[in-house]
Amino acid sequence: MLSSSIGYYSLIFGLCVSIVIIFLSIRNFKISNNLDKKILIFSFVQFALVLVSFLGLISAFVFSDFSNETVFNNSHTTKPLFYKITGTWGNHEGSLLLWLLVLTLFIFIFLLKSKNQPNKYRILTVIFQQIIIFGFFTFLIKTSNPFNYLFPINEEGLGLNPILQDPALAIHPPILYLGYVGSSIIFSSVLAATTLNNINIYWAKHIKVWVLTSWVFLTLGILLGSIWAYYELGWGGFWFWDPVENVSLMPWLALTTLFHCLLVLEKRPIFKSWVIILSISTFTLSMCGTFLVRSGILNSVHTFANDPERGLFILSFLFVLVFISIFIFFIFHKNDENYSSPIFLLSKETSLVINNWFMMYFLSVILIGTVYPIFLDVISSQKISVGPPFYHKLLIPFLIPFLIFMAIGPRLKWIKSELKGKSNLILLLIISLFLSFFIIRNFDPNYLLNSILIGSAFYLFFITIQDFFIKKKRLSQNVAHFGFSLLILSILFNNILSKEIITNLRVGESYKNKDLEIVFNDLIKEDKKNYVSFTGNFSITDKSFKSLLKPELRVYNQPNIITSEADIKITLYRDNFITINSVKNEDYFNVRYLVKPFMLWIWISVLLIVLGGLTSLLKKND
Amino acid sequence: MTNKKTLIVITSFFTFIFLIFFKGLNNSNTYKPSKSQNDTIPKFSAYSFYEKKIINSENIFNEKKFYLLNIWSSWCLPCRDEHPLIMSLKENKKLEIIGLNYKDKNKNAKKFIDDLGNPYSRILLDNDGTKAIEWGAYGVPETFLIFDNKIIKKYIGPLNPESVLEIKNYIK
Repeated sequence: MLSSSIGYYSLIFGLCVSIVIIFLSIRNFKISNNLDKKILIFSFVQFALVLVSFLGLISAFVFSDFSNETVFNNSHTTKPLFYKITGTWGNHEGSLLLWLLVLTLFIFIFLLKSKNQPNKYRILTVIFQQIIIFGFFTFLIKTSNPFNYLFPINEEGLGLNPILQDPALAIHPPILYLGYVGSSIIFSSVLAATTLNNINIYWAKHIKVWVLTSWVFLTLGILLGSIWAYYELGWGGFWFWDPVENVSLMPWLALTTLFHCLLVLEKRPIFKSWVIILSISTFTLSMCGTFLVRSGILNSVHTFANDPERGLFILSFLFVLVFISIFIFFIFHKNDENYSSPIFLLSKETSLVINNWFMMYFLSVILIGTVYPIFLDVISSQKISVGPPFYHKLLIPFLIPFLIFMAIGPRLKWIKSELKGKSNLILLLIISLFLSFFIIRNFDPNYLLNSILIGSAFYLFFITIQDFFIKKKRLSQNVAHFGFSLLILSILFNNILSKEIITNLRVGESYKNKDLEIVFNDLIKEDKKNYVSFTGNFSITDKSFKSLLKPELRVYNQPNIITSEADIKITLYRDNFITINSVKNEDYFNVRYLVKPFMLWIWISVLLIVLGGLTSLLKKND
Repeated sequence: MTNKKTLIVITSFFTFIFLIFFKGLNNSNTYKPSKSQNDTIPKFSAYSFYEKKIINSENIFNEKKFYLLNIWSSWCLPCRDEHPLIMSLKENKKLEIIGLNYKDKNKNAKKFIDDLGNPYSRILLDNDGTKAIEWGAYGVPETFLIFDNKIIKKYIGPLNPESVLEIKNYIK
């Protein structure tokens, strides 16, 4: 009760502070070249207010204060404490409050960390950022207030969706948000820098830290979401080309491209338009993701709130930002790139540009696949859904040249270079092609495309390994690129070598085919704190492997949901994955057994990519 | 100059996207059966209940009179409730009643007809439920009043005495 009121009024004050900061900054921008100390203080005050509000909501969740509508809808007294706390951001209102918290935190850190940048630029960034913050404050207070009061007060809450009761998912949204919101700083900063014509080498060095930080968080966030989907949703896959996954991948692609452009801009004043457009699109795509997920315009497993008013607000806000940035770009951006320093065909820049275009291609394919159903529905009222075959057909062939350029590019020098050790590069390419051809031939002889694809992935793999010995200085780049090659390889082998068995079994029955046997030994029923658990006991025997697996079926009471917990035996080379599902009114269970090779390596390689980003970040901070 | 043109093009492009999204917001994204009143009836072919012969829909609704298509199933309790009402319409000479047996077992369906009577001049089979989808049915029971290959009235759920009265008024 009390904590809710405190939280609500802090939000109102926070909104007022936003207006104060905007006025202060505009005056400051006009009259002086120094940054007014008050802006810094007020930014901190604003952060503190949102923090108080956020803590207020957490305490309402912890003490199960059901006079608060958000708590009532999303919590329950029997829920474990950890999930009560994480439940704070597991819902629409709380997650937006978290957005706001990170937004205000980041602008404060930005102000502290940017002291060596021109003051006018800093002030202007604050103004743009405060416009975004103001928008989020109004959105939160007007359409999704987390502190709505309920009367009469209920004894018990409606519970949290049990699918969301999972450690990976509990930290997935905050991490992803750190990435999304970090891109808002990039957005404001690029608008400010464009207006002041301040896009230069120093600016690139300074913003690179922010780009890397958001990139690291975004990558981690996507990884966590993917891990969660893998073992919680019980489908046995880790990426489904679901619209909501796509909207997190799109900013990632834009951000990755942006980072590589900044690497060039650090050295030479080219690629300025690329940098500006990519910075703008990264944040716009993040916002677009929020819009698509939160408005319920898309049909997806993740769709949370279905409220047209909210959708309308985010949509209008998003397009206001889009139009502001378009106008700023066209009015202030002078294309003064120095044409006297030409780009040679054989240089690092060229290979970067080529791969930038490939990245843009991947991005547009995903964008079209995600929003096309909406367009089609509006224009011709046809309902379609775009599935994995679309993405696979359009993306995979282009991955081949992409991987090869990714391998060769880092070997080239800036501006103009000659390919040294050509024989070495060609030899490696031939080796990789042969290697993959012989591997593939044993499994599926029909796929020529696959063997070229795996060949190019192997090529990148070998080249990056070689780079570890040749160029010890660029450790971060090597680690990240090596991780990427490993990721592609693991995904490909995982796809080709996966096996799946689906059957219906009863206790005591068994399934047998020529290389394995599944025996359903028994079923144990247990009453847990907020659910009833049915644990199956399966023994699986195949050529190289003998083990006991215990998949679980949980029947939650609040709300009444059945979830299936996979049991996964993880080894270095493969995962054995089993899930059970109840078949209506029978004592049979639907058993799904999967062998997924190299699953662990998919996670490890993404972690390697993140590690690459982190090393680069730490190096810069020295 | 070219700069200005590009600006205009891009701005209008984004305005267009905005409008599409805006319209999309108001569209519900749940599946809506597409056939409604005043639509032409769908063309389909189905097995008949007794003879197990394929019949084309064109050969059923071909006369200039009223037809009543009733989607039913033996496992559906509301169908059992509305059945006497449909029986009461059987005597009407201006109306021909067609049954569409939805996702049913033949044995149970026969028993249902034997117990409660057969008001239908023809019964068609829809074992996998696809014909009902073509008709735009939400579930069972559902009843369509048809004249001149057009759906005049659609009743979702079981018929009641009022709707029977309405049907009688239509065919007067």
